[in-house]
Amino acid sequence: MTDSTQNSTRIITLKLLAVVVAMFVFAIYVMPPLYNLFCDITGLNGKTGGRYQPTEIVVDTSRQVTVQFLATNNENMPWRFQPVLQSVKVHPGEEVEIRYYAQNPTSRDMVAQAVPSLVPFKATDYFHKTECFCFNQQPLAAGSSAELPLRFIVDQDIPDQLHTITLSYTLFDITGKFGADEGAVSALVEPDTATVENTALAMNRFANEPAVSGL
Amino acid sequence: MAHGPAKGISRWLFTTNHKDIGTMYLWFSFAMFLLGGVFALVIRAELFEPGLQIVEPAFFNQMTTMHGLVMVFGAVMPAFVGLANWLIPMMIGAPDMALPRMNNWSFWILPFAFAMLASTLLMEGGAPNFGWTFYAPLSTTYAPPSVTFFIFAVHIMGASSIMGAINIIATILNMRAPGMTLMKMPLFVWTWLITAYLLIAVMPVLAGVVTMMLMDIHFNTSFFDAAGGGDPVLFQHVFWFFGHPEVYIMILPAFGVVSQIIPTFARKPLFGYASMVYATSSIAFLSFIVWAHHMFTVGMPVAGELFFMYATMLIAVPTGVKVFNWITTMFRGSMTFETPMLFSVAFVILFTIGGFSGLMLAIAPADFQYHDTYFVVAHFHYVLVPGAIFSITAAVYYWLPKWCGNMYNETMGKTHFWMAFIGLNLTFFPMHFVGLAGMPRRIPDYALQFADFNMIASMGAFLFGAAQILFLFNVIATIRGGKKATDEVWENPEGLEWTVPSPAPYHTFSVPPEVK
Repeated sequence: MTDSTQNSTRIITLKLLAVVVAMFVFAIYVMPPLYNLFCDITGLNGKTGGRYQPTEIVVDTSRQVTVQFLATNNENMPWRFQPVLQSVKVHPGEEVEIRYYAQNPTSRDMVAQAVPSLVPFKATDYFHKTECFCFNQQPLAAGSSAELPLRFIVDQDIPDQLHTITLSYTLFDITGKFGADEGAVSALVEPDTATVENTALAMNRFANEPAVSGL
Repeated sequence: MAHGPAKGISRWLFTTNHKDIGTMYLWFSFAMFLLGGVFALVIRAELFEPGLQIVEPAFFNQMTTMHGLVMVFGAVMPAFVGLANWLIPMMIGAPDMALPRMNNWSFWILPFAFAMLASTLLMEGGAPNFGWTFYAPLSTTYAPPSVTFFIFAVHIMGASSIMGAINIIATILNMRAPGMTLMKMPLFVWTWLITAYLLIAVMPVLAGVVTMMLMDIHFNTSFFDAAGGGDPVLFQHVFWFFGHPEVYIMILPAFGVVSQIIPTFARKPLFGYASMVYATSSIAFLSFIVWAHHMFTVGMPVAGELFFMYATMLIAVPTGVKVFNWITTMFRGSMTFETPMLFSVAFVILFTIGGFSGLMLAIAPADFQYHDTYFVVAHFHYVLVPGAIFSITAAVYYWLPKWCGNMYNETMGKTHFWMAFIGLNLTFFPMHFVGLAGMPRRIPDYALQFADFNMIASMGAFLFGAAQILFLFNVIATIRGGKKATDEVWENPEGLEWTVPSPAPYHTFSVPPEVK
């Protein structure tokens, strides 16, 4: 092989290696955020947005939107988990608070994460949560229960043809994420979390927990 | 410079000779073909009758997974790399590959990858059981512990493919003989050049997706875990962004092979050489924008379904150009039907059938019915078995006399062809029917109404398997002896590889040939 061939072989090899590295980085660091962005924009998968800062709001009393609530336990999740109300009728623009009921019937302290999903996908842009238990992880001591608050506003710009929104929460057991160390989970759980107030306190304390993005 | 091969095992361990490495790739891929074939026969034996007879459902799932992985990454891909090693330097008049040491390395890491993958069968919890597409969370949350070995095996295979692809691109772009312009290159070289670019683009994505799985499993990330804010559907997008170009990686070199063989036995030059090159490039480009047709049922907006449906159907246009070019090449040719030609003609016919069922699957609303049924299994086996496998077989029969200097036994070759042809159609054609009637894929047991077709399919599978043993025997017999082949081997074949003696000397084109 002549020197010039060897040289150009080296250049091509380096260029192709750069493409390989770039594609690897693209797969791990670009594709997932790009996918999330795409889902945010299109409302695909019913992903709802994060905490909403209410701006000046005009309540549109001329019409009502029905918001239905669903609760699903992910497989093997033993908690009782259900909305206190099956559905509410709200005026667009009006801030409404509802609650979900959760009870940990097991004899061990557990931590849960609720993941929301909303249909129709078109409505995701018009459904704002000002407060949601899904923004935080939910620790519950063995045998205790809690009412979990959710405050939301249906946007006053919601198109007329959207008159029913269904919001579903799936509850995942994430106790395992804290490792085998029982202490780590117990530390999350107040000795007496049977009341909403205490749960709220516990929630606030862990508001700095690595928040799950896009919930 | 010119010296013969080293003696003993060190010849194979330390070789940097493209012919030695090509040979090792081809033998390795044949070994994997037999291993994957055994897995397939376990599947077909279990499905011979309804009910559970031979294996447990858990083991059945491991068989479907391992069959797919071994055939895709162990049999088809290394076989084409082996053909590329043997043929590309000889076809472009180069003395060897551009990066001979890397060539050695990219082969020798493969046996380790597959030893690791196969060893998972003996591990506690069993081998990977989540299908060759390893969808999360089946392959993360619910995976057997051996999944980590699977991930590292895929990393190594990916590294091997990437190195092979870099080597091929560098060889083709840099080492062509004087006068061998790009548009004079044989089509096998062209299709491999394009395939190599596809490999460079998507094998890192495969490495990325298994790395994300690894992190989800061991390092508490949540790429694909909804509880942590991830999304299992993301897995399918990333996987098929790799997966769809991957299916063209397995078929484009096959297009190249038959484009070499058909003109020889039709005794006419290839019809539409330039259009073949452009069609191959268009197929490669389109392969990047159709991935979601594998996942029409995940819940996509209608606009998405339509886009991926039309983009997929568009692929039929360049593919149709190729098929018509092959047919036109044969039209009014002085055709003879030696074994390589038989396999190539069968390729054109059967691959087209696979293409048509692909078009049916591309119709988004209809796909909801076909999704995850045996119709899909029938479709991709029709494009892979008579597509990739038949073309590799044809290539071996076509170039084997050049490689080892002896003619193969034509009668045995034709017997092999007819056994394989009948066997594969018996195996895969009935799968269309049971699939349309609703038989799901990847199940060890099935409803009674599918019994007859499944029994036929199983018998066909064993016939196809037996044909491959005959193939092995024929190849070994040819290497050990037989009628001496002439330098041209065939009647006026096109290409530089036929200008060197048979068998091809250890070093060819140390002085570059002049291409007019």
